[in-house]
Amino acid sequence: MKKIALGLTAVALSLAANTSQAGQVEVLHWWTSGGEAAAIDVLKQEMKEQGDTWKDFAVAGGGGESAMTVLKSRAIAVNPPSAAQIKGPTIQEWGDLGFLENIDDVAKAGHWDQLLPPVVSKIMKYDGHYVAVPVNVHRVNWLWANPEVFRKAGASIPTTWDQFFVAADKIKKAGYIPLAHGGQAWQDATLFEAIALSEGTDFYKAAFVDLKDDALKGPKMVDAFTKFKKMRQYVDPGFSGRDWNVATSMVINGKAAMQIMGDWAKGEFTAAGKRPGIDYVCIPAPGTSGQFTFNIDSLAMFKVSGKDTQKAQRDLARLVMEPKFQEVFNLKKGSIPVRLGMPRDKFDACADSSMDAFNAASATGDLVPSMAHGMAVNSMIQGAMFDVITNFFNSDSMTPKQAADKLARSVKAVSM
Amino acid sequence: MNTNTPHSGSKSARPSGFSLTDWMPKIVLAPTMVIAIVCIYGYMIWTAVLSFTNSRMLPSYKFVGWEQYERLFNNDRWMVALTNLGIFGSLFILICLFLGVMLAIFLDQKIRAEGVIRTIYLYPMAISFIVTGTAWKWLLNPTNGIQKLMIDMGFVNFKFDWLINPHMVVYCLVIAAVWQASGFVMALFLAGLRGVDGDLIKAAHLDGASTFTTYRRIILPSLKPVFFSALVILSHIAIKSFDLVQALTNGGPGYASDLPANFMYTYTFSRSQIGMGSASAMVMLGCILAILVPYLYSELRGERSEK
Repeated sequence: MKKIALGLTAVALSLAANTSQAGQVEVLHWWTSGGEAAAIDVLKQEMKEQGDTWKDFAVAGGGGESAMTVLKSRAIAVNPPSAAQIKGPTIQEWGDLGFLENIDDVAKAGHWDQLLPPVVSKIMKYDGHYVAVPVNVHRVNWLWANPEVFRKAGASIPTTWDQFFVAADKIKKAGYIPLAHGGQAWQDATLFEAIALSEGTDFYKAAFVDLKDDALKGPKMVDAFTKFKKMRQYVDPGFSGRDWNVATSMVINGKAAMQIMGDWAKGEFTAAGKRPGIDYVCIPAPGTSGQFTFNIDSLAMFKVSGKDTQKAQRDLARLVMEPKFQEVFNLKKGSIPVRLGMPRDKFDACADSSMDAFNAASATGDLVPSMAHGMAVNSMIQGAMFDVITNFFNSDSMTPKQAADKLARSVKAVSM
Repeated sequence: MNTNTPHSGSKSARPSGFSLTDWMPKIVLAPTMVIAIVCIYGYMIWTAVLSFTNSRMLPSYKFVGWEQYERLFNNDRWMVALTNLGIFGSLFILICLFLGVMLAIFLDQKIRAEGVIRTIYLYPMAISFIVTGTAWKWLLNPTNGIQKLMIDMGFVNFKFDWLINPHMVVYCLVIAAVWQASGFVMALFLAGLRGVDGDLIKAAHLDGASTFTTYRRIILPSLKPVFFSALVILSHIAIKSFDLVQALTNGGPGYASDLPANFMYTYTFSRSQIGMGSASAMVMLGCILAILVPYLYSELRGERSEK
């Protein structure tokens, strides 16, 4: 056989990095469910009024896992968007890699240091400089209840876990689903962290922020796992893989009595035309009334080239912190403004109590970052925790003690 | 997976000298070659390199030896994924082969409306695994699927909740995958059956062999190459299964229905552990090679002995 030398010409594939046009901001986010999409539309509108173009880069998937994947591939291709919805310790990780833009000039002009609580501005800074702009504050430890279901079942809305179990038994007997829940790792973790928080703020911080070994496998963690396992019997069999907003709609239309979920759930109630205090009740998750697990959404600014693009990016940063946007966005989304001293008249009872709790908890030190929502630990440790929590919730053989030991071991294994 | 290795068709020696007709095929194939070499083999090598580094959120090149592999095999979730692959892969391949062969044999009995029936069985293959997964998710969901239907029909104690049972969920994957792929195996075998020499069968019948014996001793053994092709195709479908799990269970409950591809995706992309994710990808590649190499070896040897 005749040997044929294939003349392969080396083709240099140079991917043109400059796809952005003049005055355009591309914003990567995962605000895609009903209430959230309405909220982000406000920002789009405001940017348009500034003469900038908004290029929407929405990647669906609650918890933002898919969006982060897309962001990483864009960053590796040296073509990041102008801004991306990044939060918590992840901002520091991106900062370490040198991707983030210093926006101190916007912050100084807007007096961000005076307007933001220090606990928030610390998260927004990398190496002492602002690189991200906070959009809102979510409280995660909420209990959403449908009072109609409680009335029909003859139960009262619980404020402690013991009351919760009593009420849940009654509701179950009456033929309703006591707890609307979706079997996704982050939802399991949201439920678990609410239970863990009720074991005390110091314990929560030791376990989920400082990752202390004796807290992670100690008796309080075992107790939290025991209660967590008890919740399994109050969840309907169809919970596997359910999205959080589907679970919320079960509370809205009276199929289920309660849901433990952050205050973004309120957006779903609002979108369905329900009124707080009448059609639904929002109270702190059982046993956590003075405490506040926060989840702060923020837009991190990436280094982009082009004068117009940079100008549009700074417009975006400025607009996000302005009272008008903070008010309208948070009204739609169900969260509270991150900016202190905002007028409260348009906010409902839930948001009002959330703002009170935010102020009070930051004074007492009961303001803690949410582990389930990536505010406390990086994605590696969070993932390791998720695995243990979700596996325990679905396992029929693991004991709470084993789960706590495993949690401590897994955290040690990834943080080495 | 579908690498089209270009076969050079010209085996006869031609007078040397430049001729466009000679070079045309090579010029036309060159871009595909470059893309295949860079985008398939190049990235394969890159992944192999990354699996020996401590890469986390983005690739880094600090080499740490076999550490990522050590961590991988100490990881509970990975062991669950590997076990699942064992169960899912073997059941999926065996059931598909069995059903495929049976369907093909029955269809081969010169029945009426064969074309229609064949299309019906083959059709699931035209659907993406995402659609299959979503449809089966609804069917298998205990609150609105088969279980509810049976309870509504009066079988109050009927229970079929494999989808939410960590021990049984992997069999849900098998059900959905078999539903999708067995028609395809049937088509492969049907084509093979049509290729069997009719005289052979007639001769067997003259010798007094029953239909069953004819199939068992003569027809099926002559379909050995089809068996191999089906086996290779099915096993790589099993190993690379990702979309089915994503749509049907999303790895749940917990991570009880994770397969290696899902593990790889989660660790590489959502959990900022590119190093460990790459290591798991290399283990998957190893699994595929373990099947492919013996197959290619036997194929190539067969070709050589024919000459």
